[in-house]
Formats: sequence, C-alpha cells, structure tokens
Amino acid sequence: MSETIPTVAGMPAERAPGCPFSPPPELSRLAEESPIVRSVFTDGHEGYLVTGYALAREVLADNRRFSSRQELMHHPTIDFREQFGDEIPPGLAGDLTALDEPEHGRLRRMLTGRFTVRRMRMLTERIEEVTAVHLDLMAEQGPPVDLVTAFAQPIPTMLICELLGVPYDERDMFRGHVENVFGGDASMEERMASFSALGEYNAALVAAKRANPTDDLLSDLTDSEMTPEEHGGIATLLLAAGLDTTASMLALGVLALLERPEQAAIMRDDPEAVPGAVEELMRYLSIASPIPRVTLEEVELGGQVIPAGTTLMVAVNVANRDDARFADPGALDLRRHAAGHLAFGHGVHQCLGQQLARVEMRVAFPALLRRFPDLRLAGEAVTRASDASIHGLTSMPVAWGE
Amino acid sequence: MRVTVDRDRCAGSGMCALTAPEVFEQDGEGLGTAPDPSSWAEHAEAAAEAAGLCPVGAITVSTGH
Ligand code: HEM
Ligand code: SF4
Repeated sequence: MSETIPTVAGMPAERAPGCPFSPPPELSRLAEESPIVRSVFTDGHEGYLVTGYALAREVLADNRRFSSRQELMHHPTIDFREQFGDEIPPGLAGDLTALDEPEHGRLRRMLTGRFTVRRMRMLTERIEEVTAVHLDLMAEQGPPVDLVTAFAQPIPTMLICELLGVPYDERDMFRGHVENVFGGDASMEERMASFSALGEYNAALVAAKRANPTDDLLSDLTDSEMTPEEHGGIATLLLAAGLDTTASMLALGVLALLERPEQAAIMRDDPEAVPGAVEELMRYLSIASPIPRVTLEEVELGGQVIPAGTTLMVAVNVANRDDARFADPGALDLRRHAAGHLAFGHGVHQCLGQQLARVEMRVAFPALLRRFPDLRLAGEAVTRASDASIHGLTSMPVAWGE
Repeated sequence: MRVTVDRDRCAGSGMCALTAPEVFEQDGEGLGTAPDPSSWAEHAEAAAEAAGLCPVGAITVSTGH
C-alpha cells in the first residue's frame, strides 16, 4: 500500500509576481508537504513530481530504473498523444538527453574529453578577453544598457561559437531560434519550426566541416564514430545549451546580486570566495525546469509503489531548497558550501558543459561588478514566460555613474 | 588508504577534478583517475567529498589496511 500524498494537476509553473528567483509558490508549498507528489497530467497520465532533495538525487542517480527515453514519457501539461497517437517519436539523433545506456555513454564518451576541468580552465584568458570587450562596449554605449543583450547573452554565445566553430556573424539567426525553443514565449508551432530550422542549419554546418575540417570541436568530431546525423544533432544540442543556459545564469545572477549589495561585495572583492559564490548562485537560481524520467519497472520510491511506464518530473529547483539538505535554503548566502546542489542534474546525464559554465561565471560576474561598482537596476527586469525550459530574463535595464 | 575510480561507470563530469584536484585528474577521454597514491592520505577529506559528489558513484575511498 502506498502512503497518502498530495495530488495536483499537471506541473505548477506560475511564479509569484516580483519574485523571479523563487520557485513557483505552489510547487514550494507541495514540497513542504511531501518529497513526492502525485500529478494527473493533462493527457490523463498518472505521474509524479519529485520535490525532495534526497529522492531527486536517488532518481537521477539510478538510470537503470529511471529512463530518459522521450518516446516512453508523458508531458505534464501537453498532450503529445493527441498529436502523434501512441507513437511518440524518440529524441533526434545525437540528443544525449533523450538516450539511455549504452547508446548514451557511447556518444557522451566521444565528447567528455573536450569538456574537462583542465581544458575549460585553459579558456580562462580568452573568456577574460571576451568579457572585457563587452564591458568596453557597455561603457562606450553609456547607461542605460540592457544587460541581457549587452552582457549576459553575447559572452557565452561568442565563446560557444569559437569552441564549436560556428560563425559568430550568424548569431542573430540561431539565437532567435534558440530563444523560441527554450524561452517559453513562442507558440508550439513556432517552437517546432525553430527546432527544425536549427537542425537544418547545423546539418549543413556539420556537412561543410566534414568536407573541409577547420580547427574546432565540431570538425574534430568528424574523426569520431558519430554518424553525420548524430554529429549534426550534437552540434544543435551544444550550441543551444551553450547559448542559453549560462546567459540566463548571468542575467538572473546579476539581478539577485544588485538586490543584495552585501552579497555583491563578496563576489566583487573576494576572489577566493568566487568559486563557492558561483555554486550558491547555481543552487539558489536553479534555472533548469523539472527534469523528466520514466520508470522502466515497478519501483518503490518515498513510500510509493510506482508502476512501470510512469513519468516523474524531478523538480531540481525546489529540491535545491530542501531544508533537510541546505540550512535556511531560501537565503542567498554566497559563503555557504553549496556543493552537491542538483542545478546541473545528477547521474550519467549530469551537465556535460558544467565546467565551461563555471569558468564563464567565475570570470564574468566579478569582472562586471569591478568595472561598474555602482551598477544598479534602471527600470523593470522582465522575466521569461513561466513555462520556459530555462528560467531567465528577457531584458534588464541597468545604469551606473551619476 | 585506497582511492579507486570505476572507469566503466565514470560519466566524465569532472566533479572529482574540480573538488579534489590534488587527488583526481581527468584523462584524455575526460574520465576520472587518481594517479598518485602519495597524495591520497594527505587529502583524504577532499577525496571523500569528491566521492560523495561524483554523480555516478564511481569513486571509492577506503580507509584502513
Ligand atoms: C549554467 C548553465 C547550465 C545549466 C544550469 C545546465 C543544466 C543542465 C542540466 C540540469 C542537465 C541534465 C539534464 C538531464 O539530466 O536530463 C544538463 C545536461 C546537458 N548540458 Fe547543461 N547546463 C548549463 C550549461 C551548459 C553548457 C554551457 C553546455 C554546452 C557547452 C551544456 C551542455 C549540456 C549537454 C550536452 C547536456 C546533456 C548531457 C547528457 O545527457 O549526457 N550545458 N545541463
Ligand atoms: S566525478 Fe565521477 S563521473 Fe565525474 S569524472 Fe570523476 S569519476 Fe568520473
């Protein structure tokens, strides 16, 4: 017999107005009641939301029983079976996030050597240069400036383009598509169209690199055992993930720091505190939307007996605010030891780009605050729609000086 | 004391090399290794923290003989 737990409809996603940092209040309330919650999805599927830290970690660590295969999943708020019938398509070739072992590990191992701690640290100097260029541009332009388009977006975009070998001149085109896919503001049709457009762009790019290799990661993958389809899919995944995620962290992170001058001072003035400060911002902001998994067999989890074929949404944002794991979890405390947070996921799918994101953030946050010590909000910061896959800001006017 | 990494399990996350760089590094494929036994005892605490943070539980730190 399963214990009695709360039941909700779908996936609470609405954030409280004026609280861009806190998880949706309804989700936080449920997390306080129970580390696992039953959810009736829009298509009628009886799924679960995992809200407690220990259970979230347990699910993400166990890829043998909790699968990532998209074709087995239900979406909490979209009825894909209405569109596709019972045959939900699997993830596109090269989409690591939608694969299980051994297919997942085969592809991931062709990439891990390129994203090591050491290799990403070797980019530090280049990241400092790119950051300095954008700070100069901000200074030249003069206040007010939109921090999202002047700072948060271009720095990670330029870096991922250089790393992959994607022409930076074409950024406006693929940025727009990535925004549609992750941003939550586009309609389902626009999202699908942008997703295909990105796929076509990267297929062409990768075909050109396979024919005439240049000195970059995407060209180097030509020598791996990837099929051309996988190669194109990996390009799309890396480009999209590299553009959008760190950009969201930078924008929301600066907003959080501007509201808390004593915390901003730590990031600005104490270089030794910066690595820990970045982990705490990752925990506190937890920008990824809930991570889906599906049971491959009957499992017992948190006192519930869950049948095979059940979708679980692992809400890392509320799990990272579980007071059984982090004391006073609602406070942003850059000096706390936040390691062990789940903001990059956990288990075999844990973020491949995490060491790149860390180096980017460790450079960019303090550089901005040192260059403009009196940086302040100069209007309203606008947040993305509540159903965005990556939480973030669409604009944030800032000013400095007199 | 012994530190071992199960390379078949390793997901190349880099958490070990990030957390306890004195003990762990990543090889050319990005897989975790603990190449220098002389570093283990001195950095036992950091090695144990890395073992706890490894996303796939690939690290074993055993104390005693
Ligand atoms: C601060 C920024 C970032 C956050 C919050 C973030 C978050 C995540 C999360 C939560 C996952 C796990 C998804 C799952 O378990 O299904 C993930 C996977 C992934 N991320 Fe990131 N990410 C960030 C930056 C990046 C960057 C810069 C890149 C690329 C260079 C990247 C590439 C990837 C890839 C390829 C995967 C799939 C890994 C796999 O399935 O094996 N991410 N990320
Ligand atoms: S922390 Fe674990 S998964 Fe990550 S590189 Fe080290 S051994 Fe591999």
